[in-house]
Amino acid sequence: MKVAVLVTCINDALFPDTGKAVFRLLRRLGVDADFPAAQTCCGQPMVNTGYLDEAVPVVRAFTRAFAGYDYVVTPSGSCAGSARHQHGLVARRAGEPQLAETGPKVLELSEFLVDVLGVTDVGAAFPHRVTYHPTCHSLRMLGVGDKPLRLLRAVRGIDLVELPAAEECCGFGGTFAVKNAETSTAMGADKARHVRETAAEVLVAGDNSCLLHIGGLLSRQRSGVRVLHLADVLASTGEEP
Amino acid sequence: MSATFVGMPAFPAAAREALADTQLRRNLAHATGTIRAKRAAVVGEVAEWEELRLAGAAIKDNTLRHLDEHLLTLEASLQARGVTVHWARDAREACDVVARIAVDHGVDEVVKVKSMATQEIGLNEALAEHGVTAWETDLAELIVQLGDDLPSHILVPAIHRNRAEIRDIFRREMAGAPEGLTDDPAELAGAARLHLREKFLRAKMAVSGANFAVAETGTLVVVESEGNGRMCLTLPEVLVSVVGLEKVVPTWSDLDVFLQLLPRSSTGERMNPYTSTWSGVTPGDGPQELHVVLLDNGRTRALADEVGRQALRCIRCSACLNVCPVYERTGGHAYGSVYPGPIGAILNPLLKGVGVDEQTDSLPYASSLCGACFEACPVRIDIPEVLVHLRSRVVDAHRGGAPKPEAAAMKTASWILSDARRLEFAERGLGIASRALTRFGRRLLPGGRRALSRLPWPGSLWTDTRDLPAPPREPFRAWWRR
Repeated sequence: MKVAVLVTCINDALFPDTGKAVFRLLRRLGVDADFPAAQTCCGQPMVNTGYLDEAVPVVRAFTRAFAGYDYVVTPSGSCAGSARHQHGLVARRAGEPQLAETGPKVLELSEFLVDVLGVTDVGAAFPHRVTYHPTCHSLRMLGVGDKPLRLLRAVRGIDLVELPAAEECCGFGGTFAVKNAETSTAMGADKARHVRETAAEVLVAGDNSCLLHIGGLLSRQRSGVRVLHLADVLASTGEEP
Repeated sequence: MSATFVGMPAFPAAAREALADTQLRRNLAHATGTIRAKRAAVVGEVAEWEELRLAGAAIKDNTLRHLDEHLLTLEASLQARGVTVHWARDAREACDVVARIAVDHGVDEVVKVKSMATQEIGLNEALAEHGVTAWETDLAELIVQLGDDLPSHILVPAIHRNRAEIRDIFRREMAGAPEGLTDDPAELAGAARLHLREKFLRAKMAVSGANFAVAETGTLVVVESEGNGRMCLTLPEVLVSVVGLEKVVPTWSDLDVFLQLLPRSSTGERMNPYTSTWSGVTPGDGPQELHVVLLDNGRTRALADEVGRQALRCIRCSACLNVCPVYERTGGHAYGSVYPGPIGAILNPLLKGVGVDEQTDSLPYASSLCGACFEACPVRIDIPEVLVHLRSRVVDAHRGGAPKPEAAAMKTASWILSDARRLEFAERGLGIASRALTRFGRRLLPGGRRALSRLPWPGSLWTDTRDLPAPPREPFRAWWRR
C-alpha cells in the first residue's frame, strides 16, 4: 500500500504542526507515508472563486505530485472534497481527462483511519474538555458521518462535549470570508458563541481553514478557547495539548 | 406601491445593512428555526424520501429535455378546454397581455393568488400604470403590500416581520381595521379576512400563477394554505394565470410525487390545506373566461446552460432558504430579487445572464458553499455546484481588459501554486514579512502562538474581525527537508 500525505497549502504555510502530527500518527499505526515534495495545493481557492483557467496548472501539479499512489491522505475535508468533486470540472475545462484521475484516491484523514486501516482507537491521550465542529465539506460533501467522533471518543482522558447547532456552517467558506466578510463574521460569531456555551478548553475540527476563522474570532473575543486540528489531538499521547 | 428591487446594491453592501438590523435578525432566526424543525420532522417520517427526491428530479429533467413538445401538448389541451393561451417572451409582454385583458373587460381592480411569476414580472406595478389595482390576497403578501414593503422569502414573503410590526402595519394602512387590534395571530388573521372578503365578492377578474401545469389534460394546479387562493380561482368571472415555462409536467401521475415533496419541504406539513385544480372552463361553474400566459423571461436562457439548467427543476418550496446560514442572517432583501436565498443566488443570474450588472454577478458569491441547501432540496438541485459554475461564468465574462485586484491575486496564486519551488520561495518571503509584522503585534492566540491582529488592506478584510496566526518560523516543507 503506497500512501502519500497531501499536507495542503494552508497547513504547509500556517499549520506545520498539523502536518507533523499526521505523519506521527500514521507512523504509530504502522503506515510509512510519503510527502511528495512536488505537492502544492488542490486548486480549491481558484475553483471556488470562479477562476477555472487559473486552477488548471495547479491541478496539473497536483496530479503529477500524487501519481502512482494507492491513497492520498489529507487532514482536510475541504481539500479532499475539492479533489474528489471538483477536479472533474477543471479536467473538462482543460480538456485533460487525466486531471480527474487522482481525485478518487484522496481520502480525508478520518476516512483513511476508519475505513482503510479499520481503527478507531489510535492510542491517543488528551485529558482536556473538547468540543467538535463537523466541517461542512467533510459532513455534506464527503459524508464522513460520525467517523471523527468515533476516533475522538476513543481518546484516553478526553472530556468530549456536544457542540450546539454543530452542523451549521461556521461562515469561513474560502474567499467568502473576505468577499462577504460581514456575513462570514456574523455566522462565525454564532459558532463561537455555541463553542463558548460548551465551556470546552479546545475546539477540534478536521479543517484548519475553518479553525483559522472560528479560532480567529475566539481569540479576538479573548475567550481563551484554543483550536486544534483532529490530527493534533489524535497524535497526542501526553498531557500537554 | 413604490418599493422596488431595482437599483439594489450588490450583495455584500446590502447584507451589511441587514446584519445591523437587530429586529430583523431576531425575526429571521426565530422563523427559519421554526420552519426548519417542522420540515425536519415531517421529512423524517417518510422512509422513501430519497427515492421521492430522485423521482422528482428525474421527472423534471425528462420534461425539460423535451420541453418544447410538452408545452405544445399543454397548449393544445388548454385550447381544447376553452382556455386562451398567450406566449410571453419577457416580463413586458406578459404584463401587457394581462393588462390588455383587464382593460378589455373594463375592470379597475383584480384579486391575486400568491404567485412568484407575477412578482418576478412586476405585474402589480404594470397594472397600476393602466389604472388597475391588484389586491394581494395571500396574508403575507397582503402584509408586504400594505406596508409598501418588498417580499423577503418565497413562501413567507413577510418573514422579516413579527406580529407586533404586522399589527402596526394593519392599524396604519388597512382601511377599516378593527379598533384596538392586538398582535394576537387569530385577531390579525380575522382583520385580514374581513378586509379581503369584500374584495373577493366584488372583483370581476383574478390573476394567479400555477404550481404545476399538467400537459395531458390542460390542468393548472395551485397549492396554498389559507383558502384565499381558492376564493380568487372560483368567484371572479375572468381568471388569468401566468405560468413559467418550467411548470409543465406531462401527466397527472407525475403530480403524485410533487404533491408529496412540496408541502413537506415548504410549510413542513404532510399535506397542504388547499389544492385547487382546474381544467378549462366548466359551464355554469367558476370563471367562464380563462387565460394562460406561458412565460419565458429568461427560462430558455437558463435551459441553455448545461450545469445551471437543473435550477429549472425548482418547485419554489423555500427549503433552501430556511436552512441557509447566510439567508438566516441577511434575510431576503439583500438578494435584491423576489427570488432570494440559495435558489435566488443561482436563479437570478441564470434568468438574467451574467456579466450584465454587478448586483446579479454578486449573487453566486453570496454563499459559503456549505451544502445545506442541496441536502434540503426536494428535487436535488446541486446548488453549490451551480454556484461554483456561475462564479466561473462571472469571472469569464470579465476576462480581458484591465484585471481587478482579485483577478491579479488569483493569477499570482496560480503561478506560485503550480510549482513547489515557487511555493517554497513564497513561504520564505511570508516568513520574513511575518517576522517584521509580528514585531508590532503583541497579541497571543489561546495556546500562546503569536497573532497578527491589524493588517493593512487587503489583510484587513480578515483582521477587521478576526485574529490571524502569525506564519510559523518554519513551514512544513522546510521542516520535512530537514
